Amino acid sequence: MYAFEIERPSTVADAVALLKQSDENQALGGGQTLIPTLKQRLAAPEVLVCLSGIDEIKGVCTDDDGRICIGGGTTHGEVAAGSGAYPALVWMAENIGDPAVRNRGTIGGSLANNDPSACYPAAVLASGATVVTNEREIAADDFFDGMFATALNEGEIITEVKFPVPEKANYQKFEQPASRFALVGVFVAKFADGVRVAVTGASEEGVFRWTEAEEALNGNFSASALDGLSVPADGMISDLHGSGAYRAHLVAVMTRRAVEAA
Amino acid sequence: MAQVKMTVNGKPASGEVEGRTLLVDFIRDTLGLTGTHVGCDTSQCGACVVHVDGKAVKACSMFAAEAEGTEVTTIEGMAAEDGTMTPVQKAFQEFHGLQCGFCTPGMVMSAEAMLKDNPSPTEAEVREYLKGNICRCTGYHNIVKAILAASGQDVSNIAAE
Ligand SMILES: Cc1cc2nc3c(=O)[nH]c(=O)nc-3n(C[C@H](O)[C@H](O)[C@H](O)COP(=O)(O)OP(=O)(O)OC[C@H]3O[C@@H](n4cnc5c(N)ncnc54)[C@H](O)[C@@H]3O)c2cc1C
Ligand code: FES
Ligand code: FES
Repeated sequence: MYAFEIERPSTVADAVALLKQSDENQALGGGQTLIPTLKQRLAAPEVLVCLSGIDEIKGVCTDDDGRICIGGGTTHGEVAAGSGAYPALVWMAENIGDPAVRNRGTIGGSLANNDPSACYPAAVLASGATVVTNEREIAADDFFDGMFATALNEGEIITEVKFPVPEKANYQKFEQPASRFALVGVFVAKFADGVRVAVTGASEEGVFRWTEAEEALNGNFSASALDGLSVPADGMISDLHGSGAYRAHLVAVMTRRAVEAA
Repeated sequence: MAQVKMTVNGKPASGEVEGRTLLVDFIRDTLGLTGTHVGCDTSQCGACVVHVDGKAVKACSMFAAEAEGTEVTTIEGMAAEDGTMTPVQKAFQEFHGLQCGFCTPGMVMSAEAMLKDNPSPTEAEVREYLKGNICRCTGYHNIVKAILAASGQDVSNIAAE
């Protein structure tokens, strides 16, 4: 690792002020992605602004509209423990990595990173959740901007994520056993006003909504509604763990399983 | 360089660290507690698992500065002063839950954390919890058996797979 200083602010305002001091300053969530990145010398911040001491962005609660509101600095373990009203979200959180990763990694870090194989982006996009930052509220459909890219500005911090609770939902993760990330993951959520299907792990563009499947499921929420539907292998990630065609096939299989299990 | 202070195995511990000093390096190099191992340094293997404020974390994936003011427990803090082992440690010995022993500190620390949350886990739950702890020697069977035995369950019928 290159050398850097660590600051541990206790409020969002102080963290943002530190981040705005220099473009070279960077937020540190749980460090489960950033620390390995620093070790590989793929990042060289001057100051790491540690968010783990900011109590105002931790914890899970329910707002007046029944949405589950999760602080941006809440760990995966705390999300699993606190989101009982949304079982598919609990299952997703408690199947990220391993217990030690879940005790450190945070929802804000996962979303800001937007790894193409991460689980949270699928949950947020399928739920039509709202990402709240120190500057604004961003709808899930506007937040993800391709592999490792998001709508966040320099120095903008995710303070909260608000999840509307669907009538039915399920997340199916085909685990890549070495990394424990999703080789392909599909999150299906059925709301009174429609079904949303979000796919992670598959596309070179990162998480996406499979709108064809959504339309089919809107009329008939059953696996048979998906008969004959498939996503093209073009533009799917191809690596030693699976070809693009294999991932495209998995998208359809995992979507069916999610609908059946919802 | 900055000063960090924390409690390690019940005793105050402090030292000078750089921003980039990992908790595991502070524990091993500054405090000289070399029971916590570094297997991969990439957050995959779990040899470096310690407890921070009671929760299992990978000490290779946390900075020492982040542990300021916390209570850290390492493998050295498990047995009593007189050397009496915990039930988990005793079971690892009795059921031969180790071969080279490199993964063992992390395995024991993960197992202790699991049993605190789930005092009577099933075999599947034990295997699931240990997903982030890799052992190159044992094939896991005796580790799982030891943990089930430490939880007070009868393991006489658990056959080697
Ligand atoms: C062994 C292992 C297995 C894993 N398995 C999975 C898995 O199955 N599924 C999965 O989804 N993930 C998995 N992960 C990734 C894990 O979920 C990470 O915790 C997560 O991707 C990053 O969160 P973090 O809090 O650790 O962020 P960090 O690593 O601290 O930061 C990541 C990035 O986000 C930025 N950032 C952090 N917090 C915020 C914030 N609040 N606002 C704005 N920017 C912020 C940082 O500046 C950095 O650029 C795994 C990781 C490991 C090590
Ligand atoms: S050394 Fe920390 S997980 Fe391997
Ligand atoms: S006993 Fe050798 S790595 Fe587990």
